[in-house]
Amino acid sequence: MADPAPAMRRVHNDFQKKNGSTMSLELKNISKVVGGENHIHDLSLRLEPGSFNVLLGRTLAGKTTLLRLMAGLERPTGGQLLDRDRDITGVSVRKRNVAMVYQQFINYPAMTVYQNIASPLKLAGVPRKEVDRRVRATAEMMRMSHLLDRRPGELSGGQQQRTAMARALVREADLLLLDEPLVNLDYKLREGLREELRDILRDRDCIVVYATTEPQEALVLGGSVAVLHEGGLIQHGPTHAVYRNPRNIEVARIFNDPPMNLAEGRVIDGEVRIGEHRGIPVPSHLSELAPGKYIFGLRPHHLSPANDSGDRLPIDGHCELTEITGSLSFTHVNDGETSWVAQIPGVFSADVGERLKVYADPSQLFAFSSTGGLACAPRNGDTARGAG
Amino acid sequence: MERTRNERAWLLVLPVMIVVAFSAIIPLMTVVNYSVQDILDPYTRFFVGTEWFRDILRDDSLHAALGRQLVFSFTVLLIQIPLGIAIALCMPTRGIWVAITLVALALPLLVPWNVVGTIWQLFARQDIGLLGVTINAMGIDYNYTGSRMGAWLTVVAMDVWHWTSLVVLLCYSGLRAIPDAYYQAARIDGASRWAVFRHVQLPRLTGVLTIAVLLRFMDSFMIYAEPFVLTGGGPGSSTTFLSQYLATMAIGQFDVGRAAAFSLIYFLIILALSWVFYTIITRSQKG
Repeated sequence: MADPAPAMRRVHNDFQKKNGSTMSLELKNISKVVGGENHIHDLSLRLEPGSFNVLLGRTLAGKTTLLRLMAGLERPTGGQLLDRDRDITGVSVRKRNVAMVYQQFINYPAMTVYQNIASPLKLAGVPRKEVDRRVRATAEMMRMSHLLDRRPGELSGGQQQRTAMARALVREADLLLLDEPLVNLDYKLREGLREELRDILRDRDCIVVYATTEPQEALVLGGSVAVLHEGGLIQHGPTHAVYRNPRNIEVARIFNDPPMNLAEGRVIDGEVRIGEHRGIPVPSHLSELAPGKYIFGLRPHHLSPANDSGDRLPIDGHCELTEITGSLSFTHVNDGETSWVAQIPGVFSADVGERLKVYADPSQLFAFSSTGGLACAPRNGDTARGAG
Repeated sequence: MERTRNERAWLLVLPVMIVVAFSAIIPLMTVVNYSVQDILDPYTRFFVGTEWFRDILRDDSLHAALGRQLVFSFTVLLIQIPLGIAIALCMPTRGIWVAITLVALALPLLVPWNVVGTIWQLFARQDIGLLGVTINAMGIDYNYTGSRMGAWLTVVAMDVWHWTSLVVLLCYSGLRAIPDAYYQAARIDGASRWAVFRHVQLPRLTGVLTIAVLLRFMDSFMIYAEPFVLTGGGPGSSTTFLSQYLATMAIGQFDVGRAAAFSLIYFLIILALSWVFYTIITRSQKG
């Protein structure tokens, strides 16, 4: 993505000058019980001033609940919310300076786009001239200056969501929450808006929290990631570091789409043996592993139909299925125990049931202990390339 | 482009045509038939053309009934629509009270029209009726059988009691259809209760309100049984609305030609006014 237009930069600088927010948000042992069910369980998280955070988790992991708790729309059942050292647990949402963007396109149906963007400023009592200036600047940043007179009903889904985002951005809130904002858009729009959003959000001075189910989205957006699973936080750190070193199998599962291939194996006699396959010499990054049982993980793009370097681990099986998505093929190979997914560039054709050999790159193997914790990760740091 | 002609298609349409013919067209044509003839007995009839129509349009007591009818219909609309919206806004959204309030609200809708009339006839009596006695005990002289105003207000109150629930139920369903995220977004914006109503709820209620206004207008314009039972159209003709006027003419005086002409005009008035309402509301919706 090229640098944003100079005009956009100017707008950002403008915002930053005015908005010297240094809010930091700390969640201390937060829990939320709804009707006897634990939606959030003893969760602690600290968000630095001006940081960009991705909340990654599957559907029903508690992402929306957590966002609502952060916004102050709901009160936690237990625990504390701190802004720097001030306890804001019970402060109502009206008294906090937060903005939120939803999965649905939420705009006032009877107002024009201009009025929609202006609405939070008007409610806050901002002078009319200032409102006009900020609405126009934000509309330009969201590239919708030409749509200001329309009503939401006359816009496409993408434009409606841009309006909703502009409404959230125009406030210059201390905390900007986005709850899967792109999930209801079609694939093409999603990709375009995602990169645009990354550039817009990166320069904001406020804390941004972006909830998503898609690993790809987290990787594109960068910043730091908090991985949520069944209402608990299982890992928090810089996005790429978490991607390279998932703390356990669960993080690896959530942070890979298609999912990471996982298979039981052993380190024995200086060899790595996975399932019934022929052993290969222990790759250097796994050399410190004590002999024993492990669960090995391998990302689909490190399985290839060609044995390029000759030292790869062959996986022998039959083809179960090939999904072709534009420029990539996902071939499922079953070796009798595990179904492996190989991500192959281009269109790869194999008939269902056909015998097939794919080769695993041993330097990219993850090793998890039998209890699920990470034992060893590839040393060079797996690049984020093609993770989706 | 060549069109294939398929005569058998008519067979498929035929059942509908027969049903519509028997249920609507043939009865309507009978009325048209009566409206242009003077029928003395089954064997003696004269064609009179538009005489009945001219007669009816010049009838002063009919003008008065039409005026009363319009005032009545607009009054009940002005009361029932805002009241219905207000009640719907106050209704609980979850918990056991939802079912209880819904059932309580639906009850008046389940009572037959003439029973409603009987209920209010007793309820409003100044000697034994709870309402009548209470109002008189407060020092207000209230008597629906003697005073024109008293009778008119009682009919309005009765209609409000009977039909506001319909508006409430329609609005309630419309309100439930608004995703919670809208309310959250408004709260985050710091919108007041009024702003939420004005900018979130009302725009999303226009659809059901269109239906509510049309239904309530048409029904109140055709009101018959309740005032007939309650006041018999009196005192004087203060609560004689169009349909009762028509019934008196057709059945009481057996003036079928005139009554037929009047029915047609009545029908056209309702059709025209409903169309006007519909157009105004849908146009305002588009902005």
